[in-house]
Amino acid sequence: MNWITNYVRPRINSIFSRRDTPENLWSKCDGCGTMLFHRELKENLNVCTSCGHHMAISPRDRFTALFDGGIFNEIAVPEPLDDPLKFRDQKKYPDRMKAARATTGEKEAMLVAEGEMGRTPIVAAAQDFSFMGGSMGMYVGNAIIAAAERAVDLKRPLILFSAAGGARMQEGILSLMQMPRTTVAVQMLKEAGLPYIVVLTHPTTGGVTASYAMLGDVQIAEPNALICFAGPRVIEQTLGEKLPDGFQRAEYLLDHGMLDRVTPRTELRDELITVTRMLLGLPPAVAGDLPAPGDTDMASPEKAAKQPSDAPRE
Amino acid sequence: MTNYLDFEKPLAEIEGKAEELRAMARANEEMDVESEAAALDKKAAELLKELYGKLTPWRKCQVARHPERPHCRDYIKTLFTEYTPLAGDRNFADDHAVMGGLARFNDTPVMVIGHEKGHDTKSRILHNFGMARPEGYRKAVRLMDLADRFGLPLITLVDTAGAYPGKGAEERGQSEAIARSTEKCLQIGVPLISVIIGEGGSGGAVAFATADRVAMLEHSIYSVISPEGCASILWKDSEKMREAAEALRLTAQDLEKLGVTDRIIREPMGGAHRDRASTIDAVGAAIASMLAELDGRSPKKLIKDRRKKFLDLGSKGLAA
Repeated sequence: MNWITNYVRPRINSIFSRRDTPENLWSKCDGCGTMLFHRELKENLNVCTSCGHHMAISPRDRFTALFDGGIFNEIAVPEPLDDPLKFRDQKKYPDRMKAARATTGEKEAMLVAEGEMGRTPIVAAAQDFSFMGGSMGMYVGNAIIAAAERAVDLKRPLILFSAAGGARMQEGILSLMQMPRTTVAVQMLKEAGLPYIVVLTHPTTGGVTASYAMLGDVQIAEPNALICFAGPRVIEQTLGEKLPDGFQRAEYLLDHGMLDRVTPRTELRDELITVTRMLLGLPPAVAGDLPAPGDTDMASPEKAAKQPSDAPRE
Repeated sequence: MTNYLDFEKPLAEIEGKAEELRAMARANEEMDVESEAAALDKKAAELLKELYGKLTPWRKCQVARHPERPHCRDYIKTLFTEYTPLAGDRNFADDHAVMGGLARFNDTPVMVIGHEKGHDTKSRILHNFGMARPEGYRKAVRLMDLADRFGLPLITLVDTAGAYPGKGAEERGQSEAIARSTEKCLQIGVPLISVIIGEGGSGGAVAFATADRVAMLEHSIYSVISPEGCASILWKDSEKMREAAEALRLTAQDLEKLGVTDRIIREPMGGAHRDRASTIDAVGAAIASMLAELDGRSPKKLIKDRRKKFLDLGSKGLAA
């Protein structure tokens, strides 16, 4: 019996689980259940090709798709104190961090980078929901401040992709203090006259929504993203009633006047380029794929871009 | 005293006995119980000192939420003159969870804003137990703006379990309203003093407490999440609130070490509710002294220093 439970069964299980997803070539859409081939899914930015459901995308993959030629430079974020409260719930906070680092391969829940998007120089920040629920602790606060400072130094707009369950409880009050800290970062941009565009992705909730994620000059959300302060479960418990369909989803917020736009991820880059260039008073971007920055000989976007804007003046 | 907290039960017994003796003596004039009652009083005082000398974080939460603790309206009534409430967000409604208006503090015109929880069933419902909706924060933003334009120092009194988690509140942009209120706190060129008089609950508190000086009453709390909420998420058991309260470091004493609060205002032995008048006086003295610290600073400097204060937060842990 022991031999069977301890040896044979795990072996059988492992053979079968391996056969289920051979090297993770296929993944199942959370929305419609369709099996999607990994390359196809990646090309479509983790949006289901069958039902359009938006699955999570890592900040790194997002930046690769956002920046021209997939080229960007990471901006260093000042390191905060490790585990300032010596927080311990069922696990120690440093152990939770270690686990999150191991599964994501990232250092923390936000990635900041600079580069060009449709030949428009920008700074971008993206929050990583897979890293402890994207939670906002001191590192995320520092990342947003670093992003804003860099944008002000370079006189570039900041585009921020939010995704978080809220504040990082393991940093207690210091996570809460990221609400005013990140608000100061947003004010730096506003005072420098630079656009601050927020893209709210699934899910953006709690203290994150109640600070930098709702203070954008333009507020865009991905389809069906949950965006709220108090989560639906908390509200259902408080009110003791069922909430309407689509409550706190991007489209619902758009209807209630809380967002400017809801835009599918596959169209987001073009839209961000359009909006950013208009806010900066730049001519329209050239349509189509652009070569990587530096390969200026291959195309002359300046010339191409000038034509339409100059034409009416003549 | 009618409301005893669970950990005060032994105290309730002793105080009850003393009261009983005195009641008997009042009914029967020949009885002399004073020495016995006085002994009980002494015992009660000792016990009170023992209990309150080492309040655990969870007990502090209970004291901070004590129904008889002085609330915003009590402070406004005692510490301010010519209080003239101003209402409404000019958009949707007037939120009674937030009260505020023009008033004089030591004869100087100021703006005062605070969360009001209510003191009996009727007023608690009216004030929604101190849990503000977006209209409350938008009203606050309006008053902060007014204070800024007319150079009136702003005093905020924080006492909320958190922003109201309701359907309408969400539909009308609870998160945006809180974000705008915090943003406004960082923009105004007048002295901004905040006192956490009871509960400083999460974003709903930050929206008012992003201030030049933040003071906390000795047994008040300020936290990213309620201990019950934290316990149910991290321990998967809301009964673990004692552990969560411990881990969150939400007491005034820990927050002073972390640099989040600038001063602690002593409470009378046994908590603010045991001597409301002296608590209110102590808060008044603290406000006066904090205002004096900021006296004469230019709007530009106030804003710059306030932002720097928050940017620098978190550089020291508890050990430092």
